[in-house]
Amino acid sequence: MEKEIVLTALREAFPADVLETSVSLGDPVAVIRPAALAEVMTFLKKEPWNFTMLLDATCLDFPERPERFEMVYHVFALDGARRLRVKASLPGEGAAIASLTGLWKNADWLEREIFDMFGVGFPGHPDLQRLFMYDGFEGHPLRKDYPLRKRQPRLPMRPES
Amino acid sequence: MTTRLQSRARPESLLLNMGPSHPAMHGTIRVMLELDGERILNSEVEVGYLHRGFEKTCEHRTWFNLLIYTDRLNYVSPLINNLGYVMAVEKLLGLEIPERAQWIRVLMSELSRVSDHLTCLAAMAMECGAFTAFLYKMKAREFLWDVIEQTTGARMTTSYVRVGGVRADLHPDFEAAVRRGVDETRRVLKDVRGLLDKNTIFLGRTRDIAVMTPENAVSYGWTGPCLRSTGVAYDVRRAQPYLTYDRVAFDIPVGERGDNFDRYLVRMREMEQSLRIIEQCLKPLVRTSRAPAGLEPAEAIRAARDRKPEGPVRLSPNLEGSEKDVYPEIMASAKEAVIPPKEDAYTTIEGLIAHFKHFMKGHGLRPPKGEAYCAVEGGNGELGFYIVSDGSDRPYRLHLRAPCFHIVAALEELIRGRYVADVIPTFGSMNMIGGELDR
Repeated sequence: MEKEIVLTALREAFPADVLETSVSLGDPVAVIRPAALAEVMTFLKKEPWNFTMLLDATCLDFPERPERFEMVYHVFALDGARRLRVKASLPGEGAAIASLTGLWKNADWLEREIFDMFGVGFPGHPDLQRLFMYDGFEGHPLRKDYPLRKRQPRLPMRPES
Repeated sequence: MTTRLQSRARPESLLLNMGPSHPAMHGTIRVMLELDGERILNSEVEVGYLHRGFEKTCEHRTWFNLLIYTDRLNYVSPLINNLGYVMAVEKLLGLEIPERAQWIRVLMSELSRVSDHLTCLAAMAMECGAFTAFLYKMKAREFLWDVIEQTTGARMTTSYVRVGGVRADLHPDFEAAVRRGVDETRRVLKDVRGLLDKNTIFLGRTRDIAVMTPENAVSYGWTGPCLRSTGVAYDVRRAQPYLTYDRVAFDIPVGERGDNFDRYLVRMREMEQSLRIIEQCLKPLVRTSRAPAGLEPAEAIRAARDRKPEGPVRLSPNLEGSEKDVYPEIMASAKEAVIPPKEDAYTTIEGLIAHFKHFMKGHGLRPPKGEAYCAVEGGNGELGFYIVSDGSDRPYRLHLRAPCFHIVAALEELIRGRYVADVIPTFGSMNMIGGELDR
């Protein structure tokens, strides 16, 4: 299988860090240890894999699991239009994972969005602030324990700066 | 609260706010500029003014009900958004859809793409002072939306593409409408190219301004016309053909310099290719016969009290095109995924129960446990839906990969060192769509 070649290569290059590989509905998926994210991504971006594009990054919240958050990255190689999904689970308390801003420029906004919506930290990010919500917003709206219709308190008027 | 720009600015620079409500910012977005005279030293883009919690809302709506929210993402080409979501769900379900429905989807996608590009370029031209070009393009868009309205019943919030197929068959007169739309659009494209391609004012504001290199574009995750303007010929329709895109002939126009003008030109040439695809869709779609009119629904219900009424039941006009005899061609046959034909719901107990169960809480559409990422070529680039299903009647998580999110992320870099006036055509050529960016 063409799609499994990259998974086999990943398992060989990072025997301790790649926890699980599979092909899910036609897309290869690799589950890795979060500590190895930067190395794995650097490996994938380089020759011969050429996953030069970070298509998307997002997060999933499973409140009942001990490893509450699951980061999901989609990388893409322009030659052959190959896709790969890389996942890593993070603990609920103080969830943080290495920033990919050094590898891809759009990681900046993607990570700000995840920080905003899930409260996952990205050590190494140059300016980790909320992206969509305003300063002073409390909580992280895409977490499962954030109620759909929760109201936020009004902010005091800002002093003229 | 000081912004990053305020805290880092030199004390002698002028700080200027563009937006969130600015005539040249289509959509609410705030660009803060640090200026030295007219020159931009630094900038900061603030987004989120149109954030409506799309992803959170979707987690609380059933698979069927959340379709209408996808209309409101890229509101200029809602049919492609519908398609992206529906195809991701179909990937989870493993549904095969009938060929006619596939062709209809291709036709509708291309109509939407042309109207999307027309809107983007119209706004861009208007902001550069070319009001004539704006009006011409808006006129062409109306003809295309006439086709869409005729079949789907709505101009923008269509919700036409459904899981398993499309909501209704094409309107019987669609061919004439499509041909008129294509002809009018061709004429407008020719006129607009004549007005803008060698126009000194337009060239002065777009040529060699905000140049993006291919490497940078890839690093920012650019896709669609903006990526192709830098010379990278990546198009989802060609790289991973979905629906019947492998059976139509079209070229992928690419640019050379990656500046504002190339982004304009690639869109112009892409519209010509889309019109080509639209014309190729006509042949497999043309149908001559039309379902005969039948019993009135009330009459049929009354008759059904005694025994099953003979002959077809006439549907209300807003269900036109989804009659039972065309259903197999526009909808998949998988009973667990699609709504039964309305005639069955009116006249048979099985149809009524199936219809009822489809919309009942906890029943209806329930894709199996799993996750799927499905990408289609949207107006702005790769529109991807990442959906996680836990087997229930609503998605566990639905994430949209919005193409213009990645494109607008590069704005700060593109306008650095340029003049204030360059922000306008640069921003215009990106085709920022608030509904899609902020979700």
